Amino acid sequence: MNAVGAEVWLAMVTCFAAIFTQNILLTTFLGMCPFTSVSREVKTASGLGGAVIFVMTCTTLLNWLAYRYVLVPLELEFFRFILFIIIIAAFVQFVEMVIDRYSPKLYQSLGIFLPLITVNCAILGASLFMVIREYSFIVTIGWGFGAGVGWFLAIIAMAGIRQRLNESRIPEGLRGPGITLIIAGLMALAFIGFTGVLN
Amino acid sequence: MSPAKPTRQIMLDGLWRDNPIFRQVLGICSTLAVTNVVLNTLVMCVSLTLVTAMSCMTVSLLRDWTPKNIRMMVQTLVIAFYVIIVDLMLKAYWPQMSRNLGPFVGLIITNCIIMGRCEAFAGANPMRPAFIDGLFSGMGYSFVLLAISVFRELFGMGSLLGYNMPYFSTAYWDNWIIMVMPPGAFFALASIIWLCRSIKMRETKS
Repeated sequence: MNAVGAEVWLAMVTCFAAIFTQNILLTTFLGMCPFTSVSREVKTASGLGGAVIFVMTCTTLLNWLAYRYVLVPLELEFFRFILFIIIIAAFVQFVEMVIDRYSPKLYQSLGIFLPLITVNCAILGASLFMVIREYSFIVTIGWGFGAGVGWFLAIIAMAGIRQRLNESRIPEGLRGPGITLIIAGLMALAFIGFTGVLN
Repeated sequence: MSPAKPTRQIMLDGLWRDNPIFRQVLGICSTLAVTNVVLNTLVMCVSLTLVTAMSCMTVSLLRDWTPKNIRMMVQTLVIAFYVIIVDLMLKAYWPQMSRNLGPFVGLIITNCIIMGRCEAFAGANPMRPAFIDGLFSGMGYSFVLLAISVFRELFGMGSLLGYNMPYFSTAYWDNWIIMVMPPGAFFALASIIWLCRSIKMRETKS
């Protein structure tokens, strides 16, 4: 019982770290492409962010199982890049079909984001980090969920700021991606400030 | 796109005019994280350029046999194939570097630039131009990232490629710790994009 308790505690710490101090977007720059292109409005950003949380949590778990019970016994670890991508693509496709069948309304609000997610490097990155850091199954739950929430928070905050930016005067060469990156840098600074909490 | 695009043109486009980083901030995901040290960036950029060039060549070679509706899948598998080769080579011959780069070698697969070049150019052009296009797109991308890493390592640690630099490693220079940390990458990239965009604007005006 105690061992399980320790695992759960570790999972919670990992989750917190993944949201704030090791934010997958602001410290490892994964998922930058949708971050700069889909962060114009809070509404679309939150739709994409929600889809990322869901897909990331599920695919890290699926990939953990596939890695531990298929690739390791067969000694095919190097094959993980291809297997992970196939699992992610298949899962996204499957979710799309299920949502389309049972909840057309949700499909309309989420549908366009799902194909985008397949090419989101943050999703594959989360699975690769999980392998390298050798997380256990319970910790992986915390990691996948936390990494998704961290990405969600970052893109929502960015969308909120960018809506205000429309009214400000920015030097011509800095408009668009330039200013987005500077804001992301300031946000990353703020998130690093949470490091003290974990110690 | 005209089929007979001269080689010089392809090279220039990849390096400067269509440089993927200034045009749209694409494909920085997998590489920006390792730009705090020049050596890591160099290895990463060489791997990425090789993978881009080889994948473009292969995709172009297979273009007549690939059915239209599964071409994305084929491209992904081709890219993944080369990435696995690079990953295994690094693990075998340079284990230390492989550990430093961690998951980022694998993440080359999802780099939007490779897919973009395969889709936009290699899928409709013969092998030789496709290879050159991939090579020079990769190089155009690499030189921006190398510039970032030079600034980050010099200002943040006072060294270049691990060697201490004259002025920067002495007591006259306070290391800018922020440059080695993640926010430094954002600021450095933003400054470079700002600079290059301004130069380009002046070019088009005159």
